[in-house]
Amino acid sequence: MTDVVATNETILVVGGGISGMTAALEAAETGKQVVLLEKNPALGGRTSQLYRYFPKMCHPTCGLEINLRRLKANPRVRVLTQAEVTGISGSAGDYTATVKLTPRYVNENCTACGACADAVKTEVDNPFNYNLGKMKAAYIPSAMAYPQRYVLHPSIIGTPDAEAAKAACKYGAIELEQKEETIEIKAGAVVWATGWQPYDAAKIQPYGYGRYRNVITSVEFERLADPHGPTGGRILRPSDGKEAKNIAFIQCAGSRDENHLRHCSRICCMASLKQTHYVREQHPEDGKSTIYYIDIRAIDRFEDFYQKVQADPSVTFVKSKVARISEDGNGNPVCWGVNTEGYKRYSNPHDLVVLAVGMEPSVKGVAIPANVVFDSSGFIEADPANGAVFGAGCASNALDVNRAVQSATAAALRAIQVVNKVARAEA
Amino acid sequence: MAEEKKFAAYICKGCGLGERLDADKLAGLAQKEGKMQVVKQHDFLCNADGVAMIKNDIANEGVTHIMIAACSRRAKTEAFYFPNNAVARANLREGVIWIRPDTEEARETTQDMAEDYVRMGCAEVKAMTAPGGNVNTGSNRTVLVVGGGLSGMTAALEASKTGYPVVLVEKSGALGGWAAKLWKRIPVHEPFKAPADTGVADMAAQIAADPNIKVYLNSIVAKTDGAPGRFVVSIATESGNVSTEDIGAIIQASGFELYDANRLPHLGYGKSPNVVDQAGLEALAKAANGGPILRPSDGKPVTSVAFVQCAGQRDSTGEHLPYCSGYCCNTSIKQAMYFKDGNPAIDTTVIYTDLRTPGNGEDFYRSAQEKGVIFTKGKVGSVAASGSACTVNFHDLILDDQNAQIEADLVVLATGQVPNSGINIDMSAEEKADEAAAEAAASEAAASSAQPVQFSKKVSVLNLSYRQGPDIPQFKYGFTDSHFICFPYETRRTGIYTAGPVRRPMDMVQAREDATGAALKAIQALENAQLGRAAHPRSGDLSFPKVRIEGCTQCKRCTVECPFGAIDEDEKRFPLFNESRCRRCGTCMGACPVRVISFENYSVDTVGSQIKAVDIPDEFSEKPRILVLACENDAYPALDMAAMKRNEYSAFVRVIPVRCLGSVNTIWITDALNAGYDGVMLMGCKHGEDYQCHFVKGSELGRYRLSKVGDTLKNMNLETERVKDLEVAITDIDNLPRIINEYAQTIADIGMSPFKGF
Repeated sequence: MTDVVATNETILVVGGGISGMTAALEAAETGKQVVLLEKNPALGGRTSQLYRYFPKMCHPTCGLEINLRRLKANPRVRVLTQAEVTGISGSAGDYTATVKLTPRYVNENCTACGACADAVKTEVDNPFNYNLGKMKAAYIPSAMAYPQRYVLHPSIIGTPDAEAAKAACKYGAIELEQKEETIEIKAGAVVWATGWQPYDAAKIQPYGYGRYRNVITSVEFERLADPHGPTGGRILRPSDGKEAKNIAFIQCAGSRDENHLRHCSRICCMASLKQTHYVREQHPEDGKSTIYYIDIRAIDRFEDFYQKVQADPSVTFVKSKVARISEDGNGNPVCWGVNTEGYKRYSNPHDLVVLAVGMEPSVKGVAIPANVVFDSSGFIEADPANGAVFGAGCASNALDVNRAVQSATAAALRAIQVVNKVARAEA
Repeated sequence: MAEEKKFAAYICKGCGLGERLDADKLAGLAQKEGKMQVVKQHDFLCNADGVAMIKNDIANEGVTHIMIAACSRRAKTEAFYFPNNAVARANLREGVIWIRPDTEEARETTQDMAEDYVRMGCAEVKAMTAPGGNVNTGSNRTVLVVGGGLSGMTAALEASKTGYPVVLVEKSGALGGWAAKLWKRIPVHEPFKAPADTGVADMAAQIAADPNIKVYLNSIVAKTDGAPGRFVVSIATESGNVSTEDIGAIIQASGFELYDANRLPHLGYGKSPNVVDQAGLEALAKAANGGPILRPSDGKPVTSVAFVQCAGQRDSTGEHLPYCSGYCCNTSIKQAMYFKDGNPAIDTTVIYTDLRTPGNGEDFYRSAQEKGVIFTKGKVGSVAASGSACTVNFHDLILDDQNAQIEADLVVLATGQVPNSGINIDMSAEEKADEAAAEAAASEAAASSAQPVQFSKKVSVLNLSYRQGPDIPQFKYGFTDSHFICFPYETRRTGIYTAGPVRRPMDMVQAREDATGAALKAIQALENAQLGRAAHPRSGDLSFPKVRIEGCTQCKRCTVECPFGAIDEDEKRFPLFNESRCRRCGTCMGACPVRVISFENYSVDTVGSQIKAVDIPDEFSEKPRILVLACENDAYPALDMAAMKRNEYSAFVRVIPVRCLGSVNTIWITDALNAGYDGVMLMGCKHGEDYQCHFVKGSELGRYRLSKVGDTLKNMNLETERVKDLEVAITDIDNLPRIINEYAQTIADIGMSPFKGF
C-alpha cells in the first residue's frame, strides 16, 4: 500500500528529470507540499545519462548530486517512482490525478547491497545505456540512482531467477507478490514535466540507423563516452569494438524537417560541438570530427564555445544536409551529399556516424491526460485554458538544461500561486 | 542550548559488515575511546526495527548525539533522518568493506580502517551540536523589483499574484522598457506565422490597477543595506525625494542597452539616415502605424530593405560584441514581415551567417520564406550609403562570391544587447584604468562631435552597502548570469536575483519565463531567511557561522574571501556577519588564521578532532596513514560510486568529507603532519574559468591557501609530496582509486613520516 497524504494545497509534479526535480524542490523549499512522480525506477531523467554538459564540460551528475541532497534534506517532497499519471480530473485548485504504480518487487528494506544481482543469472538490455550493453535482471538503475534501491525486471517474475533473488536477500526486501496498483492523488496544481525523448532515428530512412550498426544517435554516443557506460568510457564502435577516431556528426537528424520534426531542437548543435571534445580527449593525435550542418545554432555566449571548436584543426564543418548514408566493405558508414558552400559533392567514409537526433516531447499533446493546449510538435503551450496544469522544461519546448530549469522554476511559481490562493480561501 | 548531551553509537552489521568486520571490537572502541554512553549493535540498522531502536533512545533515553557506523552518509538518508539531533556517520560500507578485498591478508588492515572510522565518527559527533538556525533574521515579505521593462513588470506581477507586496523602481518616466518601443513581437502561439501584439500596455495597466504593487517612476536605488528578510532600500526620485522601503528580497531586472551602432560606421550607420538599427526600424514601424514604412531620408515608402545580421556581434576581432544575442534573427524575420505583410512587392533580404531560430522559431522562419523573404548566407563587409540609396557589400558564402552586392532603400543592422549590470566589482586596477581612459575618450569624442554617445560612465544599479562592492558580481561580458548549468538562479548575493537580458541575452518569451522564475527565488529567499535557513545550495541548512570575536585579529581574510559578500566590517573593523546572506560553505572558516569561526555542526574542531582520533601506528608498522579531505559534492560521491563498482583502494587512507575545499583550514593539514600522518590528499572541484565549485570561489581559495603549505612542509623538513592537491570530478570513479593507490605507493617510496609518536 502506498499512502500519500495530499490535499488541494499539494503541488503534483509529473516527471522526475531535472525539470521535475527542480520544480518539486523549488516549491518545497518555498514551503509547499509536493508529490513528485517518476515513471522510471529512479529520478534523474535524461540529463543523468549525459556524460558532460556544454559549454562548461562539467558533469550532470554533479548537479544531480546537489539536487538529490536537497531532496534528501526536504521532507516536504514525497517521491513516487514507477508511477504514471493516467488521468487528471477536476479544475484549478482541486485536481485528482489517477496514478498507476508498477511493481519494483523490492521494498524499502533494500540496502542496495547487491546480493540479489549476484544471485540472478538473466541479463536484460540496459535502458540507462540506451540498450547498449546488458545488465542483470536485478539491477540498480545507475550509480546515482535515487531511491538507491534495486529493481527486479518484470521478465524474471515467476521464474527461478526471481526466487533466487528473493533467497539471496537477507533483509526481506524482495516482494515477488507485488502487483500493479492504481491510486488517486489530490492536488491544487500540476506541473507537467515529462521531458523529451530522442526522435526515432530509424524513421530517417536514408541514414540507415538500425541497418548500419556504426550509425548511432547522439544520446548513445554520450553513453559511450561516460565511464559509467557500456564501454567504460571508451569510444568503441558497435559493429566490431574498434576504436572510433574519425567520427561524423549529422545535425538536424529529424529536426527542422516537416517530414519529421517541424521545430529546431535547439540543443543538438551544441551537443555535437561538445561531443567533438570527447573525440579529441580520447585521441588527441589522430581524432577527427566532421560536423555536417545547416546553421550552427550556438546561441548567446555559447558562441565562444563554437569559435573554440572552429579553431580546432581536428574538427571540420561541412554546410550540408547529408542526403544518405551507405556502408562500405569495412563497416564504415559513408556520408553522401553536397557541400552547399561552393556546391561540391562528397562521399566521406567515417568510423562512426553520430546522428544529432532531435527532441520530441515524451508525452505528446493529445497523450497528456489533461486538457491542455499544445503546439503542432506536441509541446504544451502556456494558455489560460490549461487551468492549473503547467508545462515545464522540455514538455513545454525544446530547451537546454539551463532553460529547462528556468522554465521549471517559473512553473513552480505558477503552481504556488494556485495553492496559495486555495490556502487563502480556506484560511 | 545548555541541554544535557547524551552520546550514542549504533553499529550496523548488515550488508556484510558483520562478516567482514569485528563488530564487538568496534563497539568496544566506541565505548572506551569514543566515550559513547550508549553503544548498540544491530543486524540491519536501517530497517524499521533498527530505526525504531534509535528513535526510542532519543525519546526515552535522552540520546541527543548519534553516531551511526554503517553505510555512506549519502545512503539510507530517509531511514537515518534525525533532524533535531547531531548525527555523524562512519562510512564502513562504501568507505571500507566495498573498497577492500575480502581476503585473509586484507582482514587486519580492513579492520584497522573500520576502527579508525568509528573513532572519527565518535570524535566528530562529540564536537557537534544540532544546529538551531539563525536568529538574526528579518521577516519582511516585500519584493523589490529594479527595472520596469518587460522582465521587471513580469516579476512584479507574478510576485504580487503569489501574494507578496512589490515595490517596483523604474528609472524612466514610464513602464515598458524596450518592449514598449516595439511595433509587434515575435509570435508565441501556434501557428507561429505572423508578428503579434506585444501585450505591454496591458501589463502596465495591470500593474497600475494592482494595489499590491507600488511603483516609483523616474527613480533609482540609491542605497541597499541589510540582508534577505531585512533589506533597507533608499529610493531616490528625480525630483529629489528619497524614500526608504523595507524589503525582503530583490529582483534586478535592469535590462540592456542596444549595442551602439555608432561604433559600426563601416556598416553605414551615421552616414545615411536610411541605415538604422532594429530599434530604429521599430520606431519607423510605429510611426507608420500599419501603413507603409517610410524611408527616413526622404519620407518615400521603402521598396527594398536589407537586414544585416550579427552587426557588431559574434565578433572575433575584439572590437565588438563577441557573443550572439539570440533574438535578433527572429527580430529581423519579424521586421521583414512588417514590409511583406503590407506589400509583398517590397524586396526583403536577410543576410546571415547562421540563422538561429530555435524551437518554434523554425515555423516563423518558414513562414517568412513563404512570404517571400530572401535569406542569403553571407558575411557583410561594408554598407555604402550615398544619398537615399544604400549598397550592402558582402561575401556570398553559397556562391563563394566575394563581391556580392545588394541595393536597398533601407538597411537594418541587427545589433545586440549590452547588459545594464552596473559596476563590475571584480575588475582589476588595470581594467579600471583602461575603462576610465575609454570613457574619457568617449566623452571627449562626444564633446567634439554632434553624435550622441551611449557609452556613458557605468553607474551602480543596486548601490549595495556591501564591503565587496555595490553591485552583483558579473559572469561574462557584463552579464550577471549564474555560472551553473543546473542552477541558473544561483546568485552570489543571497536574496538578490537578476532576471531578463541583464543576465543573459534573451528574447521576450525567455525574459518572461526568467522573471517568473526569479520571482519564485526571491520569495523563497525571504521565506527561508525568516526561518533562519540557508539558501541554495545548502538549502534548509540551519547551521550558520559563529565567531568568537574576542579572538579575531582583524586580518580581514574572511571579509575579503567570502564568495557571497556576506561579511562586512563594523565600525571597529571587526567582521560583521550577515547570517542571512551566508551560504554555509565555510570559506571564512577555512580562511581564518586564528580559527575563531565555526558552524555548530561543522567546525575546525569537528574535522580536527577526527584527524586526531585516528590511530597512528609507529614508524616500523608499515602502516602509513594518509588523510583525504574530500569535497562532499563531487569527490566524496565519486569515492562512493567507485565503491559501488567495488573498485579497490589503499587501506591506509582516512577520508573526511568537507563542505568545500574552501572550508579547509590549513591547521588541519599542519595538525595531521604533526600527528605523524604520512600524506595528505585534498580533493576539490575544478577551478578557473570553467570552475565547477558550487561555492564559486571556494575551491580556488582553498587551493591558494594550500599553495602556502609548502612552507610548513619545509619548516618541518618534510617532502613536498606529503601534501597532494587534486582536482576531482564526480565521474572519476575509476581514476580516483588509481590515483589514491599511486599516491600510497609514492608515500611508501619516500618512507614513513618521522613525526610519529610525538
